[in-house]
Amino acid sequence: MRALRSVPRSIVVGRALLVLGALLLIAAPKITDANGLQTAADLLTMLVLAVMWNLLAGYADIVSIGQQMFVGIGAYAFYGFAVLAGINPYLAIPAAGAVALAAAIPSMAIVFRLRAAYLSVGTWVLATVVMLGAGKLDAFGAGLGTSLPVSVVEVFGTDPTSRSTTTYWLALGLAAIAFAATLVLMRSSTGIGLTAMRDDEEGTASVGVDIVRARVVCFLWTAPFLGLAGALITLQRLRVAPQMSFSITDWTVYVIFIVVIGGVGSFEGPIIGTLVFFVIREYLQNWGVWHFIVLGAVSIAVILIEPRGLWGLLRRVIPGDLIPVSHRVP
Amino acid sequence: MSEPLLALERVSVHYDRFRALHDVDLTVGAGEIVSIIGANGAGKSSLLRAIVGQAPRIDGTIRYDGAELRGRATAQIVRSGVALVPEGRRLFPSLTVEENLEIGSSIGRPGEVTLSEVYAYFPVLEQKRRQLARDLSGGQQQMVALGRALLANPRLLLCDEISLGLAPLVTNELYEIVPALAKRGIAILLVEQDISRSLAVADRFYCLLEGAVTLSGRPAETPRETVTQHYFGLWKR
Amino acid sequence: MNAAGLVNQLLQGILVGGLYALYASGLSISVGVMRFVNIAHGDLIVLVSFLLLTLTASLRLPLPLAVAVALPISFAGGYVLQRWLLQRVLGKGILQIVLVTFGLSVIIQNFLQGTYGADTRRLSGSGFETATIALPGGIGIGVLPLTIFVVAAALIFVLDRLLYRTRVGAQVRAVSDDVEAANLIGLAAPRIYAIAMGVVGVTVCISAAFMSVWTNFDPTSGPDRLLIAFEAVVLGGLGSLWGTLIGGIVLGVAQAVGAQFDVSWQLLAGHLVFLAIFLIRPQGLFPRY
Repeated sequence: MRALRSVPRSIVVGRALLVLGALLLIAAPKITDANGLQTAADLLTMLVLAVMWNLLAGYADIVSIGQQMFVGIGAYAFYGFAVLAGINPYLAIPAAGAVALAAAIPSMAIVFRLRAAYLSVGTWVLATVVMLGAGKLDAFGAGLGTSLPVSVVEVFGTDPTSRSTTTYWLALGLAAIAFAATLVLMRSSTGIGLTAMRDDEEGTASVGVDIVRARVVCFLWTAPFLGLAGALITLQRLRVAPQMSFSITDWTVYVIFIVVIGGVGSFEGPIIGTLVFFVIREYLQNWGVWHFIVLGAVSIAVILIEPRGLWGLLRRVIPGDLIPVSHRVP
Repeated sequence: MSEPLLALERVSVHYDRFRALHDVDLTVGAGEIVSIIGANGAGKSSLLRAIVGQAPRIDGTIRYDGAELRGRATAQIVRSGVALVPEGRRLFPSLTVEENLEIGSSIGRPGEVTLSEVYAYFPVLEQKRRQLARDLSGGQQQMVALGRALLANPRLLLCDEISLGLAPLVTNELYEIVPALAKRGIAILLVEQDISRSLAVADRFYCLLEGAVTLSGRPAETPRETVTQHYFGLWKR
Repeated sequence: MNAAGLVNQLLQGILVGGLYALYASGLSISVGVMRFVNIAHGDLIVLVSFLLLTLTASLRLPLPLAVAVALPISFAGGYVLQRWLLQRVLGKGILQIVLVTFGLSVIIQNFLQGTYGADTRRLSGSGFETATIALPGGIGIGVLPLTIFVVAAALIFVLDRLLYRTRVGAQVRAVSDDVEAANLIGLAAPRIYAIAMGVVGVTVCISAAFMSVWTNFDPTSGPDRLLIAFEAVVLGGLGSLWGTLIGGIVLGVAQAVGAQFDVSWQLLAGHLVFLAIFLIRPQGLFPRY
């Protein structure tokens, strides 16, 4: 019996690429200009949304099509704290995350009473209700929304370049924390239980109560990160508005498609999906509405042919995970 | 002697790494009542599942009416005259007794068995014909399951532990109609844990232990003690 | 707002419930029989509405003839959709079915937008849609809403009969009770499901026919219809067709009451009432299971 298992070359290469990517991200402000940083910040925010949706759908069996709700709540909470309450905008960001978490608690009363696909539509109903409600708030500009005042915007930088840099660092920080924290969650007993339940087709019914608790933990886990993303999005877009902050297209549809194509239920999948999205984003604009049709059709095809997505395809040749989550021998 | 309606030759069934049946040879002729007896885990259910096409991997030959059954879809096999009374009855709980029975005939082959005949076999069902199946007792549900299978006009009837969980008196009622069915020319394969009852009604029997046939013959010609020994595997030293 | 006005609004709310019940009837079948929520349900209604638009505007068919043409197309569409696409993901876990129907929803919306543009549309009912019946006390009932309500009730009656009094209906209910057991007795689920989906297609066509005359619609109208249909089905109780009608009426009345305060409260009122009732009684008003 060998004392040391040698790691296959493909895994080493893959991990090296990940490390290289992380270094590039850290060096970005030196490498690229304000535009590039904005794009990068957008994608890092998308990554956060992707990781969260993947956590719920790929591990906790909660296929949410309402996560835009928490994004929007975070966005509006950030505006509320930073503009209406006059709190230091840097503090308004984590405060927004806390509000999103607080909103998640009563949501569970609805969401966890529904099963399977009813749950999915239930999350959509909730998101619609909150969006319509936000449209009634005159302090936030009611149906048309309102912009962030210059005084608040300038806290993050007096000129566009320094603002993009600050926003970028915030986005990178959030993405790193979200990623690392979720990884920690999945390696904890909660995560292991969920992974075991997902992989075991016979069903670990005997672990019943623990599974419910694990799903609740996951649901509550994602809310603050989604809220924080919402705050950052407000910073990037410089405004709040019901249709924008609670946009199902931007914060849910795209996210679902890229996670599915990248690979649901793995940690590599959302990363791959976000990268793919980065690459094709430029071309997407040229296709008009047809880009949704193509994305949708590709997602459906992926689900039918290789449900584990692009990462699933790669996994056929790579013998292990790049980001080890499970403790089981592959 | 004419070809038996059902013939298994060297049939093995595998679930993943586990082999549930080893090289089983078995025949059932039209109008014959054949018993499969064996303890839990002996492979009895796997045998029936293999016949109706529900086992993942089957080696060997399963010939029904001259044609190979392996590889065909369950629904197709059933429509060609093989009826299964599954373990646990598997009625449709939200359908009434009569609806459950008629489901059997709605997809079966046209033929002789009618609803009134089933009610003649099981009078209590006629009284409860409009009740939901989920409200019946275990024994009554078993009657419905049997009636449903009959209304499909099967040529081969497979019964998976129909006495399980039922009181002796109720089981008597069920077993009473078995010989009558055989007289109509139906080939009957009975899977049972209860040795005495199934041997009492069977023409021939097979004893299964750990997936293999250890004993077969006619109940009349086989001493009871021999059967018990082979049931429990006690003849091995 | 006087008493007559209030009664008028409430009546309108009840009658709108008929339209909502039409949307929901198809969803009730796919939810009750095949145990899945077709997220593209609303978009399918909008799709058929645009089909009717093409038939009446471009081919100049009178509306009743256009509907007659669209009905068999809708049945076939539902059958094929189930048989070729949805059947592949049934029973494989919720992720797949939600993703496929969600993807379908996005595809349909964008296809319609690309083909017909984003403008809101409405079909002409040749004056039918504005006719009213005057009742004593200053109360007026629109002929179209009344017709829709009657049609909805009739449709639900027919569906109920189909499901509970026919052989095919018993087979459908058997398969939805226990797919495996049905298989063991020779009932192959795929064909049964496909027939059920064909029936759903017919209800979608009827819904589209009335919706496109009574209200405005555009390529993105689908999700709103889905949410209403979903709420009506859940409110009414899973598995109960008549419950779905009641659910639709409750939503319609809630919206009418909400509109009394402010037009912008209309949609929100419906959703809030749904949430409130759901919290108190999650199984719905008349659950069958």
